[in-house]
Amino acid sequence: MGGAVIIGAGLGGLRTAESLRGSGYDGPITIVGDEPHLPYSRPPLSKEALAGGVDIAALEFRRRPALDDVTWLLGLSAVSSDLAARTVTLSDGAVLAFDGLVVASGIRPRRLPIPGPALGRHLLRTADDAEQVRAGLVAGAHVVIMGAGFIGCETAATARTLGAEVTIVALDDEPMIRPLGADLGAGMRHRHEVHGVHFHLGRTIDSFNGDGRVESVSLSDGTELPATLVIEAVGSVANTEWLDGNGLDLSDGLLVDSGMRVSTDLAPVVAVGDVARHPNALFGGPPRRIEHWNMPTETGRRAGQTLAALLGGQPPSDEPFTAMPSFWSDQYDHKLQSFGMPGNASRIAVAQGDVDGPCVVEYHDDSGLVGVVGIDRTPDLVPYRKALLARGSDSG
Amino acid sequence: MTVRITVDRSTCQGYGQCVYEAGDLFHLDDDSISVAAADVAEDRRADAERAADVCPMQAITVE
Repeated sequence: MGGAVIIGAGLGGLRTAESLRGSGYDGPITIVGDEPHLPYSRPPLSKEALAGGVDIAALEFRRRPALDDVTWLLGLSAVSSDLAARTVTLSDGAVLAFDGLVVASGIRPRRLPIPGPALGRHLLRTADDAEQVRAGLVAGAHVVIMGAGFIGCETAATARTLGAEVTIVALDDEPMIRPLGADLGAGMRHRHEVHGVHFHLGRTIDSFNGDGRVESVSLSDGTELPATLVIEAVGSVANTEWLDGNGLDLSDGLLVDSGMRVSTDLAPVVAVGDVARHPNALFGGPPRRIEHWNMPTETGRRAGQTLAALLGGQPPSDEPFTAMPSFWSDQYDHKLQSFGMPGNASRIAVAQGDVDGPCVVEYHDDSGLVGVVGIDRTPDLVPYRKALLARGSDSG
Repeated sequence: MTVRITVDRSTCQGYGQCVYEAGDLFHLDDDSISVAAADVAEDRRADAERAADVCPMQAITVE
């Protein structure tokens, strides 16, 4: 088949295909996705779609006419690759030849080895996961959520709104503490507690108990909680096993340069989205994977330009990569928005309001402002976003 | 030639991503629903499409 082969049919794969076409590449494009669906928007899966029903057609991203001739291979995953031979082997045994490879295989939820029945335990990553969780989110259900990150907290809010009893169990001291810090994390915990969510923080789940399906969970402090539905939301693992054996740096996702290019002489390879560990000249520091909403779009745009250049026999741009990481969250009627890298901060200051109400929180390190988080203060964040973007022009 | 931007008010959840991406083409109204500028010049099409791309609800149409 040849041409550009994109492993991963999420937002990153889609945006890379668009960028390949926009950069003048007119050869074949094949996109392989392990779900049966065309690219769709995942953020609503823990919010609107979980509350109101999963309508995959409404979640699908628009596909531009320039992608009409893309070959979609859905319901298939890559199981191995041979970059020297320029082939990828798929889960149905097919061997796909490529001229250029796009690694957009994303992440999967981390699973912890905890004893007990598997029935009643759920993940929340895909539309199909959301359908299954939704079926169990009924009034009176006892929902136990493992993990107090964004997915865990958003799911807690949705489940509570639907009338379920909700308990969050997490090892962290406060919800969302790594990106938000302890004070704002506590403020978010208060918002959940007002709505009746219970927290067991600094605890882990030792076992799931039940006859064939989960009926309760035992915590590390001996507490036993009833559970009709468990949602495991304890972080993610990059899907890179299919790249093993090619001499690549897969220590946390796939390492790329500022053009999203993978360092290998074997073949033109780029990586995008959640799986790509990339530098960002706006913030410096070591390359990082950033699982934020806008990064598949930003990295996909750059990766498409790079791969189009390589496949056209041109040198890719060596401009620095400067993208503003951005994410938002919706819990009850509260809207949280973040720009930059608040998790990098050494000093956190509440600039407007207080953490239990509408507020703007600044995150600083030695270089100055590195991030901002606002709760229910959308317009007030615009100047902060500009100030963070100006870091790029100041330093270079 | 002009570009027509429309926001599906029943789909918009007021996340404001379009406002951050193209603050002169979108604003949030008193109900926190996005309102797009009236027809804009063709040279703004790319900005409008970027804003449509970042909408998690896919509520923005650019014609």
